[in-house]
Formats: sequence, structure tokens, C-alpha cells
Amino acid sequence: MHKQRRLPGCRTGAVWLGGLASWLMASMVQAGEKLHDPARGWDHLWNEVLVDITVIGIVFAIIAAYFVIRYRRTSPGQQGSATGLSAAAAVAWVVIPGFVFLADDLYIAAQGWSLWNTYRDVPADRLEVTLESGMYSWDYTYANGVRTQNELIVPAGKPVMLKMHSRDTIHSHYLPDFRVKEDSMPGRVTYLWFLPKEAGKEHLVTCTEYCGVMHSYMAGKVIVKTEAEFKTWLDQETAKLGNKAKMT
Amino acid sequence: MNIKEWIFTTDHKRVGILYLIGSIAAFVVAGIMAGLMRAELSAIGPTVTANPTTYNVWLYAHGAIMILGFQIPALTGFFANYCIPLMIGAKDVAFPRVNALSVWLFYVGVILALLTFVIPDPPDVLWTGYPPYSTITTGNTAFYTFTVLTLGFASIIGGVNFLTTVVYMRAPGITWNKLNIFVWCILGAFVMQLIFVPVLGSAVTLISFDKYLGTHFFDPANGGDVLTYQNLFWFYSHPAVYVIFLPYIGVVFEIVATFAKNHVFNYKAAVYGGVGGIVLISGEVWIHHLYVSGMPDWLRIGQMVSTLMISVPVGLLVISLVGTLYKGAISFETPMLYALGVVFLFLIGGLTGIPLAVTALTLNLSETYYVVGHFHYVMAVAGTFAIFGGVYYWFPKMTGKMYSEFWGKTGFWVTFVGVNAVFWVMMDIGVKIGLPRRYYDYAQFPEALQSQQIMSMGAAVIAVGAAITILNWIIGAIQGPKAGNNPWGSQSFEWTTVSPPPHGNWPSPPSAAESWNPYAYGKR
Repeated sequence: MHKQRRLPGCRTGAVWLGGLASWLMASMVQAGEKLHDPARGWDHLWNEVLVDITVIGIVFAIIAAYFVIRYRRTSPGQQGSATGLSAAAAVAWVVIPGFVFLADDLYIAAQGWSLWNTYRDVPADRLEVTLESGMYSWDYTYANGVRTQNELIVPAGKPVMLKMHSRDTIHSHYLPDFRVKEDSMPGRVTYLWFLPKEAGKEHLVTCTEYCGVMHSYMAGKVIVKTEAEFKTWLDQETAKLGNKAKMT
Repeated sequence: MNIKEWIFTTDHKRVGILYLIGSIAAFVVAGIMAGLMRAELSAIGPTVTANPTTYNVWLYAHGAIMILGFQIPALTGFFANYCIPLMIGAKDVAFPRVNALSVWLFYVGVILALLTFVIPDPPDVLWTGYPPYSTITTGNTAFYTFTVLTLGFASIIGGVNFLTTVVYMRAPGITWNKLNIFVWCILGAFVMQLIFVPVLGSAVTLISFDKYLGTHFFDPANGGDVLTYQNLFWFYSHPAVYVIFLPYIGVVFEIVATFAKNHVFNYKAAVYGGVGGIVLISGEVWIHHLYVSGMPDWLRIGQMVSTLMISVPVGLLVISLVGTLYKGAISFETPMLYALGVVFLFLIGGLTGIPLAVTALTLNLSETYYVVGHFHYVMAVAGTFAIFGGVYYWFPKMTGKMYSEFWGKTGFWVTFVGVNAVFWVMMDIGVKIGLPRRYYDYAQFPEALQSQQIMSMGAAVIAVGAAITILNWIIGAIQGPKAGNNPWGSQSFEWTTVSPPPHGNWPSPPSAAESWNPYAYGKR
């Protein structure tokens, strides 16, 4: 039997860690409730992380700039006067910054994970469209077989899910306005979703995975209609499809 | 001095200088490619060439040559070769003839890369070579494969050589905890090269098998998987970023300690926490290059956490570096300007990497100009500034002569202004409108025009700065004034011999005194 020894400060550390963990979880839950729209969530988290990195950058830059100015060499032959660190100070200079960096990392990771879940959990009430990408076009197929090329027509206010694959090289379906992209490739099916909001608006689709010579010209658009307009359009296209089927 | 002596040399210093000449030549060629791309992008629509394939070949050549022909060879070829035996008091590397083979292979690799511009079907697969494109393009993927294999092999045998050299050939008194930080960084870099280069070698070999021998490793129609390649490629190529980062931050440590005339702050934290931590974590973060590639969700989240944790070892290195300035006696010759420039550029580049570690944020940022701006700051520009600073720092050691301080500083400030004009604007436009990278034309983003023009002008400024720098070296090497053996008053061991050192480095095997330390400034 070995005797249990308690490390000094162990209990305080546990309290701090527990506090940190519950704060992280609370902020995750909070973030999860706030963000139903990945694009809005993206802007929110980007701003938060931007503040975080700006603060860290400015702190380091100010310290470095201060040292550079304060400790200029004033006479030739002058030497630095820093003394070595004691063992305790050396350890502290690892543990304390390490803890601070790690805490910041975990905080950002928790926020990022929460937003990631928003991006990957597609709402059940959605419009599903199949996308086949190829050199150099975006070919959309709606559930009833209606097809469009380089124009994705969607109703406002309804989540749109794209199930994607490619017939040749890898492409990436990027929607800058909706802050989302995902590669499409042969042999695998990938997906993404987004929430079009405003009827009458058009949004750019552009390829972001180098796919061949004409990569930079592989663009299309998302056209947002009102629910009624969308229904009319889809019915017309479906009818056309039916006529075609009858004719052949 | 005859040319045959140089070609067949086994002297680590000459091998190093051959690496330097080759890598600077590669830098100039790859820089011209960047200039052509910036010219092309200065207006919407065809500008310099009406053929997108030509642009894609520039893009391929710029990336592949800058990384494989300039940065890695300059850092692990030139600096390692020139400095390591001198820093540890050895007369040469452990295997001098193998060392000569490695520099020959490097030249073969550079020649293969340069042949891109004369063959009728140049490779257009970018430096990443992703299938299926690389297996169906009419471009010559085999050139890509053989360039990577040749340079990779040169690097592997260099790795074996340097690990052996540092372990077995340290002079008496130069103990592990008295090694220069730079030596530790090179050790770390070569450990990673030995682990990861073979993986890259297998990946690029398999694409040529697929393309020319009819195998189906990456062909889903026949049971292959396109993502396998990306995993193999980035399993090497993310550590490759640290193969560049560690040596360059090592060079910066040497410069900062010498010009601040100060101890390295918390040496052991930098070595064991910083260098060791980076080597340890380097192989667990590659998925962050595949955040939008359709990888399993759990991997994308798991490696978000491991990627963010890189901030811990990197933070320790930065604290050590900035801490070395504390109570120093700082002077600002050209090498120090470059070193401080690296600290500034690295702060921007490192911190702008944090959003890219976050999977959800990368769903928007990936493959945009933001990414390109970020990695140019953190790797390309900071690395190049460290290389320039290091060449200036060891210039009197190599040549026995002094460069022009005025032109050195002028070159620094011109380049510094140029790189920020290019890459700050690049990140900005990447976030604001999501402008995608690797675009020959950007008709769908007319609002990017002004930023593109600022970047193109910035590129011209960089070209002027780099030209001043390279000319300054050439002129200094030919007609610079005598520098003396230790013009910086450094304590580091390489400055204890004459400049330039003779074959064998010291007349008789040296040893380090008990009180010696590469950073023993201040009190005696």
C-alpha cells in the first residue's frame, strides 16, 4: 500500500479547472442556441477570434518594441545584463504561458466545435439538391428530376442541402455569401448546407479547388426566389420534363 | 580557386555554399514566376498571357521551386552544412562524400525543375499534385514526381549525415545543453524529414504509377480513393512547414542573441518545449489542410484541437526570443533588422493561422487569398527574411569580407514595405470577398481589382529589394573590406576560428572551456 500524497495547490487547481470547464460548456450551449444560421455564426466567431489574435499580437508587439527601444546598445562593447533564470522561474515561464495558451486554445476550440455542429447538422425541413460537378460546370438535380446548370434556384427561408460528387477532377463548391464550401470528388459523396434568406437576390458560386485549365472560370449563381415563385418555377420545369418524357 | 575543386568538393563549407548558390538561383527563378503572376493579375482578363495553362505552369513552378528548391535547401542545405560542424567544433560532417552526393542530387533536382520551362508539356499540377487532375492532365506529371523524389532523397541523406554528425562529432566541452538553438532546430527538422519524406515519396510515386503504368491507387472507378493521396501528401507537407520554420527560427535565435549580447531566455524551454514540442505534434495536424475535403467529421474536429495546441510550443519559442531582448545591449546591423523583421512577420503569420485551425472558420477561409497571405507571412516571407538575415550574419564568416551596411539596410526596408503591401492586402481581400487562390482570372470578383493592383505594385517593390540584397552580397564577396574573424563579437563557437575557416576548420581539434556557452554574454 502506498501512501497518498497531496500536491500543494492541488485543490485550488482543481477548482480553477472545474470553473474553466463549466464556463466553456456554458458558452458552448449559449453559442449553440444563438446560431441557427452557419453564415451568421461564422461572422460572429470570426469577429471573436479576430479580437483574440489582435490582442495577443499587440501585447507581444508592444513588449518586443519596448525592449528594442529600452535596451538599445549605448556604448560599443556593452553587454547584456540579464541573469539566468532560477529553476522555479524557468518552470513557471513554461507552465503559466502554457496554461494561458492552452486555455485560449480550448476556448476557441469549444466555440469552433459548436459552430461546426451548426454547419454539419442539416435542419430536417430542407430542400435537397444533388450536385454533379465536372470540368467546367455545376449540374444541379432536384428531387423530382428537374435539372439546371450553373444556376441553383432556391426558395428564401428554407435550408438548402447539396449532396455532391464529381464526374472528373476535384472541385469545390464555394458560396462566399454563405461562408461555406466543400470539395466534390469522384467516388465519394459530400454535403454542405446553407440558408438563403432574401428573395430576389443572387449569390455567387465559384470553384475553389484547382480542377484544370479553366478553373477560374468555373462560376455559377444561386438565385433566391420567394416560396411561391419557386413553386411556380419548379412546377413549370417539372411539366417541361413530363412533356419531354412523353415526346420520347 | 578552380571550378573542378568546387564541384568535387567534400568540404562542408563549400558544399554549403554550393547549396546557397543553387537555392538563390532557384529563388530568383521562382520569384520571376511570382512577378509574372502578379503582372497577369494586375487587370481582369488576359494580361500577360492569353493561355491559362501558361499561368498554371508559373503557379506550379513558383510553389514547387520556392519550397523544394529554395527554402528547404537554403535552410537545411546551406545553413546546416555551413554552420553545424563549425558550431559543434567538428572538422567536417560525419560523411563528407555522402554530403557531396546530396548537393549533386540537389542540383539534379533543380535542373529537373528548371526543365519545366523547356519541355513541350510542362507539369501544371501545382506543388501539391492532387489526383485525379495530376493523373489525367496532358502536363508532364513525371517531371513533378522525379523532382520531388530527387530533392527528397538529397534531404534524407543529408538528415542521416547531420544527425550522426551532431551525435558523434561534438568537440569536448560542447554538451547537449550547450548546443546552439540552431543546432537543435536542425536536429528537429531532420528528424521530421527522416520520418515524413518517405511518405511524400510514396505519394508522388503512386500518382506516376497511376498515370503511366495504369495502376488505380487514386482511381475510385477501380477501387482507389482520391483522398488517400491528400492524406499522404499533407502527412509530409505539414511537417515540411516546420522543416522550414525550425531552422529559420534557429537562425533568428543566433542573430538575436548575438546582437542583443544576451543569454537566450529560458533556453531549455525553447529547446525541449519549443523544438521538441513541435516535432512531437507535427504529425498530428495534417487534417487542417483537408478541412473542406470531405474527411470524417471526427477527424476534422480532433485535429482542430491538435492544431490549436501548436500555439503552446510556438508560444514558448516566441517568449524565449522576445525574452532574449530583455536587458540586452541591442544594436541594429542588417542581420538584426532581418531578425526583428521575422519576429514581426511571424507574429502576424502565426496569429492569422489560428482562425485557420478552427474547422468551421476554414469552411469559408480555405482556398482563398486569406490562406495564401497567411502562409506567405508565416513561412514564405518570414523564412526568406531569416535566410537573408542569416546570409548577412554569416557573410563575414564565409567570405572574410564585409558587405555594405547601407545597401543591406536599404534592401531590408524596401523588401519589408513590399511584402506587407502584398500579403496584408492579400489576407484582407481574402476575408472580405472570399477571392479564391489559384485563379488565372477573376471576372466574377471585379471588386478585387484595386487590391490586385496594390499587390502587383508591392511585388515590384519586393523585386527591387531582393535585387539590392543579392547584388550587395555579390559585390561584398568580390570587393568588400576585410571583416576580421569575429566582427559581431559573438560567443558562438563558429567564430572562434579564422574567417573564412580553412579546410578542417581548426588547425588542431578544438575543445570548449568549462565556462564556454554560445550565449555567454554579460558576466564572465
